[in-house]
Amino acid sequence: MQIIKHDINIDFVGKRKLAMIISGVVILLGLASLVINGGPNYGIDFVGGTLVQVKFAEDTDAGKIKDSLSTLDLGSVVVQHFGDDANEYLVRVQESANNKELAKLISGSLESSYGAGKVDIRRVEMVGPQVGKDLRQKGLLSILYAMIGILIYISWRFELRFAVGAIIALLHDVLITLGAFSISGREIDLPIIAAFLAIIGYSLNDTIIVYDRIRENYGKNQKKGFTAVVNSSINETLSRTILTSGTTMLVVLALFIFGGGVIHNFAFALLIGILVGTYSSIFVASPVLIFWNDYRSGGQKKVAAEGGAR
Amino acid sequence: MSNSLKIRTGLVLGCLILALVSLGPTLFGSDLPDWWNKTFDPIHLGLDLQGGMHLVLGVDVDKAVESRLDTIVDQSEDLLREKDVIFKRIDRSSGERIIVTVYDEEAGEQADAIMAENFPNLEAMTLTAEGAYIQKNYRLSDSEIEAVREYAVRQALETLRNRVDQFGVSEPTLQRQEGNRILIQLPGVKDPQRAIDLLGKTARLEFKMVMEDANPQDAIAGNLPAGGQLLYERRVDPRSGAVTESPLVVEDKTILTGDLLSNAQVRIDTRFNDPYVAIDFNSVGAKRFDQITGSNVGKRMAIVLDDTVYSAPVIRERISGGSAQVSGSFTEQEATDLAIVLRAGSLPAPVEILENRTVGPSLGQDSIDQGVRSVIIGFVLVVFAMLIYYKFSGLVANTVLMLNLVFIMAMLSIFGATLTLPGIAGIVLTVGMAVDANVLIFERIREELRLGRTPRAALEAGFEKAKLTIIDANVTTLIAALVLFQFGTGPVKGFAVTLSVGIISSLFTAVVVSRLIFDLYLSRSKVDRLSI
Repeated sequence: MQIIKHDINIDFVGKRKLAMIISGVVILLGLASLVINGGPNYGIDFVGGTLVQVKFAEDTDAGKIKDSLSTLDLGSVVVQHFGDDANEYLVRVQESANNKELAKLISGSLESSYGAGKVDIRRVEMVGPQVGKDLRQKGLLSILYAMIGILIYISWRFELRFAVGAIIALLHDVLITLGAFSISGREIDLPIIAAFLAIIGYSLNDTIIVYDRIRENYGKNQKKGFTAVVNSSINETLSRTILTSGTTMLVVLALFIFGGGVIHNFAFALLIGILVGTYSSIFVASPVLIFWNDYRSGGQKKVAAEGGAR
Repeated sequence: MSNSLKIRTGLVLGCLILALVSLGPTLFGSDLPDWWNKTFDPIHLGLDLQGGMHLVLGVDVDKAVESRLDTIVDQSEDLLREKDVIFKRIDRSSGERIIVTVYDEEAGEQADAIMAENFPNLEAMTLTAEGAYIQKNYRLSDSEIEAVREYAVRQALETLRNRVDQFGVSEPTLQRQEGNRILIQLPGVKDPQRAIDLLGKTARLEFKMVMEDANPQDAIAGNLPAGGQLLYERRVDPRSGAVTESPLVVEDKTILTGDLLSNAQVRIDTRFNDPYVAIDFNSVGAKRFDQITGSNVGKRMAIVLDDTVYSAPVIRERISGGSAQVSGSFTEQEATDLAIVLRAGSLPAPVEILENRTVGPSLGQDSIDQGVRSVIIGFVLVVFAMLIYYKFSGLVANTVLMLNLVFIMAMLSIFGATLTLPGIAGIVLTVGMAVDANVLIFERIREELRLGRTPRAALEAGFEKAKLTIIDANVTTLIAALVLFQFGTGPVKGFAVTLSVGIISSLFTAVVVSRLIFDLYLSRSKVDRLSI
């Protein structure tokens, strides 16, 4: 079976300006949301705080939970519905290290209003502010290190311009995913950093396969011109790109739907990242090479012209 | 069959058998013979899957330095008295300093000599005259401060390990982390709050004499007599269970500490059926206790634990046996835990809980179920997609995918890696991405076939051309995964592990195993058309 005919020839490269506008708009939307929300919406892993996941014996609602916690004077309390069932909630409190017994207080207070044995504390996460700061720093550094490592590897295996194209595509993917998190009001915590790194890896995987083909084809027929080679390389690998992205999307979708609440945001990040990563390897990473090429050859012509005038 | 084919078949079969054998304990548990379970461990589940507690404690090392200075202050006070040096006062001051205030130069020089002789780690600092007095400043050397801090963390780790051992958790982990942090992992812990109480308690047991002539109300108002300290006595009403705290002024000076005890055990007071903790001193402690009780008959002695007075009984007579009791209306659980922490020894400095992640067993089981379900569903979807798209070759890819899963699990077992929920997500992701290598190869083969090559030639060319691309594409993901492994903790590290293992395994299965299957297929029959 074939989804993509082998002799397909879509003019992807010709649409690079349009693609640039689309990417630009999507990134700007995400950035605007980030600015409006005052930066990324960090979870307790990165800002500190306490999170308690509670399962009730019967269905309840956030308002009622908040009411039964009001006597504790915990400062700002956020109560969020969690997972697929109507009886599971997250309680998030900003306060952290200074109260060893916070979880006990919360469960005691909930039990007094819902009845003993009707409240199951399923998960407690407490992160002190200092640890949160450390984790945030480490998370950012790890993304930076991964990018540097990849830049070095691609420069070594290909050329610097390929590496630059790949990194721009990566930044593009991470920015859009970050924006999607901000717009959908999802929190960024430790596993999301892991998802970002996986996206980086995946997006590159896609990009490299196209690049590899460009390198191969350009070696064979330089006469065709760089832009045409890039376009035909994208077309030749299109079938593979669609199929691999397709299977990966299938499994990530399975994870997103069936993986449960704890991993929901993680799967969401992968979902967006893979979608965007596939797009960027066609519409961002390869056009960057052409822009680079045009700029360089344009610059050379200019130098030549100046030389002639002298 | 050619030699190369035989060797490759042997290699792959060998790997497969090793993988299956190593997975025995994971799949069948204790039903297997002993040697099997001893050779291979079942796959470790992370705390997020089996339930348990992950704690990071910070040791307050500055407090350890302060208490070291306090000890020096006490000792030097005694020394100065012994040598008849006349001094006004001696205090600990901020900046890790001790200040001895004397009346004249001569006393100052004496003090200098005594301090230099007994405390070589103190650096004498410049004199600062204040009124008619002379202040001699002594500062702990930087290396000594560092040593005290270092010792505090190591000692705390040791003490916490003792406590955890007595708490009864299977396979606990205690690790020193950067700086003054200690990581503790308690898998499957039933009562998280009790664990926190047990580990977070400093458990500094002190015996201090009560200052009977001091008025606690005055002390609360701020008029603390010299050498006195205001503490609160905890009392529990046996009927209502209400806790009340009443003020008590005790002498600042500690006459005996829990460091000198040799054992602590729970006993039940037969009169009121109240549990209490009986402590036995070691020989040094017993002698001191004997002296103290002997010279203080009729006075009250406060038994202080972490700055709370638990009881302040009147000493009726000299106590020579070297045993005492800590009572304070405990529940049996409280008494048991107190005995544990007293036996394990006190922490050299208070600890603070910096991070606590606790997952209950029910959530862990749910996570496993949901994780496994998504792996299966994802796997089935991919298998169908490949079968429809590539027919026979899709079957090869699916066989290889199945092998891939077996190899990933086997590697987790062999390397003793920990499987976490993000780790399961990593496996799911690998299932999706692993077929990529096969897709690349198959697409190449299709291209070669279109160029009019024979199946065998197309296969050869397809594998050769795709190989480098596959390696390049996977190395970058591997770089990202390795960075993640360095940075991550717990669950996230689990993701890095399965992702790396998955990449290595899918490289091997795609480049070696699926090639082998095709070669075997082509060697057995004359094939003119490749189903791809």
